Amino acid sequence: MAYKIIASACTACAACEPECPNDAIVEKNSVYAIVTDKCTECVGHFDDPQCLAACPADSIAVDKSVPRYAA
Amino acid sequence: MSAPAHPSPPPPGTPRKVIAIHAAAPGAATAPGGCSSGSCGSSDGPADLPAHIWEKVKDHPCYSSEAHHHFARMHVAVAPACNIQCNYCNRKYDCANESRPGVVSEKLTPEMAGKKVLAVAAEIPQLSVVGIAGPGDALANPAKTFKTFELIQQTAPDIKLCLSTNGLALPDHVETIKKFNVDHVTITINMVDPEVGQHIYPWVFHNHKRWHGLEAAKILHERQMLGLEMLTQAGILVKVNSVLIPGINDQHLKEVNRVVKAKGAFLHNIMPLISDPAHGTHFGLTGQRGPSAAELKALQDECEGDMKLMRHCRQCRADAVGMLGEDRSQEFTSDKLGDIAATYDPTARQAYRDFVEKERADQRAAEAEQKAGLAGAHEKALVAVATKGGGRINQHFGHASEFQVYEVSAAGAKFVGHRKVEHYCAGGYEIDAAMPSILDALKDCAAVLVARIGHCPMKELKEAGIEPVQDYAHEYIEASALAWFQARLAATRPSGTARVA
Repeated sequence: MAYKIIASACTACAACEPECPNDAIVEKNSVYAIVTDKCTECVGHFDDPQCLAACPADSIAVDKSVPRYAA
Repeated sequence: MSAPAHPSPPPPGTPRKVIAIHAAAPGAATAPGGCSSGSCGSSDGPADLPAHIWEKVKDHPCYSSEAHHHFARMHVAVAPACNIQCNYCNRKYDCANESRPGVVSEKLTPEMAGKKVLAVAAEIPQLSVVGIAGPGDALANPAKTFKTFELIQQTAPDIKLCLSTNGLALPDHVETIKKFNVDHVTITINMVDPEVGQHIYPWVFHNHKRWHGLEAAKILHERQMLGLEMLTQAGILVKVNSVLIPGINDQHLKEVNRVVKAKGAFLHNIMPLISDPAHGTHFGLTGQRGPSAAELKALQDECEGDMKLMRHCRQCRADAVGMLGEDRSQEFTSDKLGDIAATYDPTARQAYRDFVEKERADQRAAEAEQKAGLAGAHEKALVAVATKGGGRINQHFGHASEFQVYEVSAAGAKFVGHRKVEHYCAGGYEIDAAMPSILDALKDCAAVLVARIGHCPMKELKEAGIEPVQDYAHEYIEASALAWFQARLAATRPSGTARVA
């Protein structure tokens, strides 16, 4: 499972990009996007998902079905 | 430009009605030749500062109020990301019609920024400083910020570099800041007590975690203090910006001033909160008001001791270009950069700097001459000035979008702030509706010194007790303000004879 960036809320500031431990964040159509296959929701890396914690615009859409949130 | 003329003596003062000359508080008058603090005198000229510091600030419009008459700055908006949230900032906002920090119209890559700096340097010989001030935080985007500095150093090595930061990431980057010869850093410090800070910062992102409330403010405070100490130890000049938020940190800023001064900050800039609800900031939406000009000045006056207070800040955008108070960023959008950058010639800027060096020495001499004539006088007054830059009274009343305000006294002519106004004149038509707001903005001023003024506004100013003065058109600001004040004192003293020497 993976997180998703809501394109309409993304300001393309790139705060999330260097924080991702999986290099899963890429620029796409002038905003940023998460490569689904690479995203691990930071499980095993950090206590908190980094893109979510870093985003100044709170634009990361959280998929509640992922393991971290299913618990 | 022609050789600068010294202000001629004003015409004999005719008796005028009562004006707003306020007697200085007892003890406030500066004894001739004496000085009670490290920031004596009215201007921050070379006499007031150690030589190595003067050398660093003399061409920096933000660090020297004298320099802001002569030199221009530009911000390159290469740093959109931010690592904290402030209640006075909305990171989603971006509007071309708006001028305030945190806002840009166009984000730049470091490569585009390097080209833009060359283009601006080609068009504006006054350019002396390039800063990175966001629109997020310069050090939350370290790769882009330092790449930009590297490129500028390669192409225009004489341009001074500076950056602004909230301080959270600062301790991690002091070494790199030194490496790139960035000799001016601004830290925004709104509190030195996390109890106060929790009402300003909802969260910070630090050490892979988002912290909230008191914890967040505590982390930010500790990092800011550490960063400030590291910078001053490294010999880098630090300006501290503080946003004055009435009811939250207004009284507390005196403590902030004391602490940052003790830790070696060079300059303190207390700025008014901007909280227009239309900007969508937390403070804007919750009705938090900003301070009045009088509240701001009162706090600045209280804080001004041994440390300089910046009075000439225009709270410019993260992509502002030009002299302080003007923004020419629209002339330098990315589509126009290549052609302009190709015309870059560093000798034009050097010639301008040589000219300014002479001009400033002349201005200081003229001011000193007029100041001597006021020795022993205890009165002081505020004088508004219409200027387009260069340290001269060279703007038409109706064309001014701001007036610079000087406090004149025996201590000299001290720049104390600027008042933004609506243009009285637009495309040849007078806008009478603008006059009440201009009168309100200048209500505590005794006179307004302009290059020219029309009959109608002249009459209205006189009726409001503000003397319109055209006698000093195109002459130096400080010397003219003091000359006017001498004439005014001579005219209003009971015997009509001047006590001034």
